[in-house]
Amino acid sequence: MMIKRLRKQDAIFLLISFVVFAVFQFLISERILSSFWRLNIAVICLNIILASSLNLINGITGQFSLGHAGFMAVGAYVSAVCTMFFHLPFICSILAGAAAAGVLGFCIGVPTLHLQGDYLAIATLGMGEIIRITILNIPQIGGASGMSGIPTETTFTWLFFCMIVTLFVLKNIINSNQGRACLSVRENDIAASAMGINTTEFKVFAFTVASIFAGLAGGLFSHYFGIAHPSSFTFMRSFDIMTMVVLGGLGSLSGSIIGAVILTFIAAVMQSYPEYRMIVYALLLIILMLYRPNGICGDKELVNVILGRFKKGGKNDGTVAENK
Amino acid sequence: MEPLLKTSNLSKSFGGIKAVQDFNIYLHSGELVGLIGPNGAGKTTAFNLLTGVYTPTTGTIEFDGKSLVGLKPYKITKLGIARTFQNIRLFDKLTVLDNVKIAYHYHIKYTLPEAILRIGRYGSEEELVEKKAIELLSIFNLTDKKEELASNLPYGQQRRLEIARALAVQPKLLLLDEPAAGMNPQETKELMDMISWIRKTFDLTILLIEHDMSLVMGICERIYVLEFGKMLAHGTPDEIKSNTEVIKAYLGEEV
Repeated sequence: MMIKRLRKQDAIFLLISFVVFAVFQFLISERILSSFWRLNIAVICLNIILASSLNLINGITGQFSLGHAGFMAVGAYVSAVCTMFFHLPFICSILAGAAAAGVLGFCIGVPTLHLQGDYLAIATLGMGEIIRITILNIPQIGGASGMSGIPTETTFTWLFFCMIVTLFVLKNIINSNQGRACLSVRENDIAASAMGINTTEFKVFAFTVASIFAGLAGGLFSHYFGIAHPSSFTFMRSFDIMTMVVLGGLGSLSGSIIGAVILTFIAAVMQSYPEYRMIVYALLLIILMLYRPNGICGDKELVNVILGRFKKGGKNDGTVAENK
Repeated sequence: MEPLLKTSNLSKSFGGIKAVQDFNIYLHSGELVGLIGPNGAGKTTAFNLLTGVYTPTTGTIEFDGKSLVGLKPYKITKLGIARTFQNIRLFDKLTVLDNVKIAYHYHIKYTLPEAILRIGRYGSEEELVEKKAIELLSIFNLTDKKEELASNLPYGQQRRLEIARALAVQPKLLLLDEPAAGMNPQETKELMDMISWIRKTFDLTILLIEHDMSLVMGICERIYVLEFGKMLAHGTPDEIKSNTEVIKAYLGEEV
């Protein structure tokens, strides 16, 4: 009964993804979109992977991480090294990058996730910077001048496919026993442990899973642009990703998608005036805090909201009919 | 018969303050025992020691033949002790149904890949948990609220939901920290009946902290009295009612 309904949801999700993919693939292959918009669609896909995975830590598990760019850097560099030095096929490099980021996420998560709130934010912020500066000081991988000449093997198809895999995995994790445990850690960690949940385990779990996807995004990034440069993975990128999550709504995957699309779009439009971009971001956040403090979607999923309306509408129709 | 829970000389100090001293209790399987005492007597600290929130300074706790000293709260829960909190700790922004489902956490065996691909045990176990959770909610008259957020429930229902959630853990021993706090006499009466009923139905041992004497005297078989961290008295409700020490602790002395 229930499993059939859930499988149907999965099928609908994949179907919609395929339709969206077909539309964009058509627009891209027919060259209807300019190269500028083709680039931005790719950036949107990357940002959706980053924002939705960060949402697992910040929104679902309620831990405040500011080091996502660090894991992205690890993925970007490890995968670039794999393709350029070891001549591994593209897919293997990308997976190696994701795995390396995941392992690092696990190793960093174990000691830092005993911290809470602001302290965790500072620790993850510092950790992101440590990763970047370490890379900056390894001459074999380009040091401050970065790596260039990475084969640009990331296509729109790859990006879209990885994005859908990310969303699919995260969606199903959130709706599972493991996801509920993460939510309970966010809501009340004392009560969660009184319910038999090992809160540290699930904090580390969320952190590791999110790191894997950040690493995946990093690998796709370096193979899309053909370069990996330490300045691409500064604190500002972590902050950008976090803004997307907060704008869309902490705890809502569809919110992260909307946040990533809106902010990437703004960044694209404002490209000629980069100095004003941050002003627009800040204004957007202020307006958001005043009128929708929980983000655009709150902690609800867009689909549920629409379905809820739909159901309510149906009920109302019913009562009207009865009254008649 | 060996008691289900037995503590000996359990003590906890916070710096110079001895919050609990030489706390000795035993609970036989199936008993309903009360723990009373004036505010600040150390009752909740005793609960926190039993559930692993605090590590005792000295003393031992034995539950079902195993020592609980030094175990993390989640491990103690897995051994079969569930609790409620004095200041309600629900998962506020989750639905009533999810609150109960979370408590089934360690009974669910499916792995992460099964959850991601929705294969194997995922379907059957999720369905079972949903069914059990709804059954439990119907016992507590919360079925029609299952899609509500826990924080939107009125106070009395939040208390009931907390007990329902603790039962979902399927414990052997249930610790209730002031279950009737903030309830009116009618609600307290209903709660009393419910506690006796769940004890029989779920075959539970219950230890409860309570200030409402009508509740404690009405349903508990034995009562422990704490004052200033020390055990003041122990006995049946009738013995406790007539104990001069206890009366002195609660009402003070004539001068």
